[in-house]
Amino acid sequence: MMDALIFVLAGAFATATPLLLAALGELVVEKSGVLNLSVEGMMALSAAIAFMVTLQTGSHLVGFVAGGLSGALLATVFAVLVLGFMANQVAAGLAVGILGLGLSGLLGRSFEGMTLPGLGKIALPGLSDIPVLGRILFTQDVVVYAAIAATALVAWFLYRTKAGLTLRVIGENPNTAHALGMRPVGVRFLAILFGGVMAGFAGAYASTVLTPLWSQDMIAGRGWIAVALVVFGTWRPGRVAVGAYLFGAVSLLGLALQAMGIGIPAQIMTCLPYVLTIVVLVAISADKVRVRLNAPAALGESYRPAS
Amino acid sequence: MLMASGSTPVPGVPSASLLRLENISKNYGSLVANDKVNIDIRPGEIHAVLGENGAGKSTLMKMIFGVTQPNAGTIYWKGQPTEITSPARARALGIGMVFQHFSLFETITVAENISFTVPGDIRELSQRIRAASEAFGLAVEPDALVYKLSVGERQRVELVRCLLQEPSLLILDEPTSVLTPQAVEKLFVTLRMLSDRGIAILYISHKLEEIRALCHSATILRHGQVTGQVDPREETSHSLAKMMVGRDIPRSAHAEARPDGKVALRVSGLSTRERDPHAVNLQAVNLEVRHGEILGIAGVSGNGQQALSRYLSGEETLPVARRGEIEILGDAVGHLGPAERRRQGLSFIPEERLGRGAAPGLSLTDNMLLTAHRLGMVSRGFIRKRVRDDHAERCIREMDVRCGGSGANASSLSGGNLQKFIVGREMMLRPKVMVVAQPTWGIDIGAAAMVRQKLIALRDEGVSILLISEELEELFEISDRMAVMFEGRMSQPVRTRATTPERIGQMMVGLFEASDEMAAEAAQ
Amino acid sequence: MSFLGFTVLSRTETSPLALLAVPLVTVVLSIITMVVMFSALGADPGVVLYSFFIEPLSSSYNLGEVLIKASPLILIAQGLAIGFRARVWNIGAEGQLIIGAICASLLPIFWSDSESAWMLPGMIVVGALAGMAWAGIAAYLKASFNASEIIVTLMLTEIAKQVLYYLLTGPLRDPSGYNFPQSVMFPDAGLYPTFGGDGVRANLSVIITLVVTIGCWIFVTRSFAAFRLMVGGVASDAARYAGFSQRRAIWMSLLIGGAAAGLAGVGEIAGPIGKLQPILSPGYGYAAIIVAFLGGLHPVGIFFAGLFMALVYVGGDIALVSAGIPASAPVVFQGLLLVFYLASYFFVRHEVRRVPQDTRLRGAA
Repeated sequence: MMDALIFVLAGAFATATPLLLAALGELVVEKSGVLNLSVEGMMALSAAIAFMVTLQTGSHLVGFVAGGLSGALLATVFAVLVLGFMANQVAAGLAVGILGLGLSGLLGRSFEGMTLPGLGKIALPGLSDIPVLGRILFTQDVVVYAAIAATALVAWFLYRTKAGLTLRVIGENPNTAHALGMRPVGVRFLAILFGGVMAGFAGAYASTVLTPLWSQDMIAGRGWIAVALVVFGTWRPGRVAVGAYLFGAVSLLGLALQAMGIGIPAQIMTCLPYVLTIVVLVAISADKVRVRLNAPAALGESYRPAS
Repeated sequence: MLMASGSTPVPGVPSASLLRLENISKNYGSLVANDKVNIDIRPGEIHAVLGENGAGKSTLMKMIFGVTQPNAGTIYWKGQPTEITSPARARALGIGMVFQHFSLFETITVAENISFTVPGDIRELSQRIRAASEAFGLAVEPDALVYKLSVGERQRVELVRCLLQEPSLLILDEPTSVLTPQAVEKLFVTLRMLSDRGIAILYISHKLEEIRALCHSATILRHGQVTGQVDPREETSHSLAKMMVGRDIPRSAHAEARPDGKVALRVSGLSTRERDPHAVNLQAVNLEVRHGEILGIAGVSGNGQQALSRYLSGEETLPVARRGEIEILGDAVGHLGPAERRRQGLSFIPEERLGRGAAPGLSLTDNMLLTAHRLGMVSRGFIRKRVRDDHAERCIREMDVRCGGSGANASSLSGGNLQKFIVGREMMLRPKVMVVAQPTWGIDIGAAAMVRQKLIALRDEGVSILLISEELEELFEISDRMAVMFEGRMSQPVRTRATTPERIGQMMVGLFEASDEMAAEAAQ
Repeated sequence: MSFLGFTVLSRTETSPLALLAVPLVTVVLSIITMVVMFSALGADPGVVLYSFFIEPLSSSYNLGEVLIKASPLILIAQGLAIGFRARVWNIGAEGQLIIGAICASLLPIFWSDSESAWMLPGMIVVGALAGMAWAGIAAYLKASFNASEIIVTLMLTEIAKQVLYYLLTGPLRDPSGYNFPQSVMFPDAGLYPTFGGDGVRANLSVIITLVVTIGCWIFVTRSFAAFRLMVGGVASDAARYAGFSQRRAIWMSLLIGGAAAGLAGVGEIAGPIGKLQPILSPGYGYAAIIVAFLGGLHPVGIFFAGLFMALVYVGGDIALVSAGIPASAPVVFQGLLLVFYLASYFFVRHEVRRVPQDTRLRGAA
């Protein structure tokens, strides 16, 4: 029983890491006022490319770089549509997402079923010897730690730096920001690019570390969970991280319960993140003030610089 | 590009001019917004730019502030030809601007807002904000979140923000449209203080009295061209208006109302609890409008007028149990939506013409269908296009709407013409009660006069009209009785002919009691 | 906003020529990109083009395949477009399709030896109602709590997939099916009649789609209800002022979309599939969004866009065999279509003009 619990809790961090990485990227994008629904597609493409590159080079690091770049590439296509051609953000996100999924399948068929070596776990000296907690918290791979650091960095950036303040106000009102001499299009482009890179890392982690065995439909809806997480965490990095670990634990709990022969259908556990997201969304949306203080006011609206 | 840092005046120029525009032109496609405009402003000068909406005032300001660039002509800053390529560039030169629609972000603090234009550490900046707000008599709290501030407070934040950049030129775009008469006086004190310190002020307005009271010089624009450059202190409002409009102002002459005493629209004890805790709540508002009279509602914007108009139009509704708080012709209608209230004989002209009173992007025929569909335009759920088009064309003809035919897009019409169309459409519904909000805001004087005449004509036919307006002149011109809104409360109404703008001004800052007594006296 | 001597202006009137040119340009650009991509992958572009666009039209069997793939796409897209015009973003047609199919399948699964003529009409009604109900959750949460329908419909799709898996591994599994996650085969009374000759699988769904398309066309162009929805989409304040209920628009948009998707779900299980199984649609719910946009949110445009998209699906299957083109090729093509469409649609609303030299800003003299 205890072992199963430790397995769930320790595994939750790794399971949650791709969700967290992608969600942090999407959080920054949404804070700038852009809704990018192509996370699933960006993750899928970068998972394939990272897998391919890691397979060729044998280096996870190079694989991650390739994953990040491919995420950025698709994000650029999205940015050109949304910022350059002022396309509807929902439609553009779906378009780029579908493109990413298609390309992922196209590239991935050549290494269907192949495997990669995983990434070693780093036991933090001293801390990992703490009973129970040491195995849960301090014996993880490097990306898990990096994702936690990324959460802190994103929070620091958004709420403690001038650039973060600029990004947030552009998400509130790009027209006013422009009138004050800020460059909404440029800032949004960078934010979208960041979102792409993070989704790329998330895809790379999923295919080269978490389950280093290529299969079609590798991402399996995790991009959508990342989008949901941003809402679930009410656009706050810390809460998004908590949500990610919660979702990670829930999905593993299903497996653990099944292993123990407790008869909760796995599908119910898989549904839980989606149901919880709807519940949170309903809870925050009804309160207009709370929505105004957290959700970017200009989310989803096209912006065109006045001439 | 020449830098303006060499700010020494060019030798040979008799008096150092701060900003000089030479033959500035700007066109958007075929539309000429500014045509060879020349203006010269010296340090310490308060210079008015006067013109109707669409005369090219805001385009001109945008070019001076670097939001957009001229197609032709040269801007001289401190004697040097200068390209003002962006607002940041303008600010670096020493040009500050307070926009008509404030450029503040709501979810962050005052100090954070100011930090975008005044660099520096937030804590140190807060100190400077406090110091400046004391020095200029502009009370501002640097740590307050902007969404909690009133309109007046927000304007003070904008002003402080500009002043912290130590500008040599300050541009103010219709600064008094959101202020009480008393606050306007205070603002003028501050502006004169700035002028004495050598700061030049470009003051955009269409309020002639203010310009005569404040400004040293004035440039009048019409259709993008300069039609006069005068000393407003030596002009009358009438002569200024003539330059602005190009002809004598038509006035609607009318007799006093003869209400028959029966109440057509009654609001009793209407209180609201807005979901947004910072919106203005209505507090036990009472009012009665009789057949054949115009009741004017005065007040500084943001004191609950918008909520009142939404609750009257049915865009916001009351729970069924409280439906009696609003009555039309004796029927409780508080729970009904706009369409049902229209059927009860109400029609409503909202303050936003494009986007609310008419849908942009749709033709005038479709906009006719918007509210007038029950005039036989729909049968069994299907649109009868002939009936719809006939009504649209009749409305255009009768109201003299200048447009490219009934198929013209609503957004292609000028504000005045669109307003005439909307008024015409709502009149076609043969209303018993009409609620009208800011009917002449920002439209040309000719159209405004026509709209006011139509309202009087309706009144004389026995329609009861509730007129919500920020323009005291308009209220005094056409309303029979007036009440004032302040922080969601409604004063007792007074007879227009028995009161003065000064008394109404007092009521606009909440001094209801004194006025109520006077009203009671006047009513006797 | 001028760039290299060009300036972008908003059009006040949309140009009808551009409206027609956009889908054509989109298709041509997508095909060119596709050909370049496959040449790079080593396939013969001629063969690819032939397999994708000619072969699907070359036999009555293939033509029938195009029709049965086009009908769910068109059906769903017609429903979604009505909502999209009202700016109600139902992104979860896939989930509504699944729930519609599940509920409709209960009839033939529980009465698996029935020969009743009421079976099919029953399935159609149940499927449409179930799709409506599933979309209705999003409508309720949007109308009552202002919860984004984009997120809710997306989440509901993922939930619907799990519901389907759960039912197929448990209550609805064929007891004599060797533990495969699928239901019993439906009786003939629960299958759409086919037409067009031996072996051709075109079925009743095609007729239903035609009827729905005509119905939508009349609704959109003539009815006052569609006008109200459209005003709600282009100018919500004006709709509110006119008294067109926003709640009603949300409910109507989502219910129509849900009904259409549910109906499409019935078309799948009562059509080519003939039972309930884990994969009910190759992403019709998402592809229909592309069809709706590609068709300019207009019923007639959607009809042709749906046929074209179906051609791509069938052509993809053929190219898989004849040119060794991977199965995900049609998905890439779909993505390209929407990307190019969104980019070229820009020119419907904007025009790019050369700024005449003489009026351009001259540098400081």
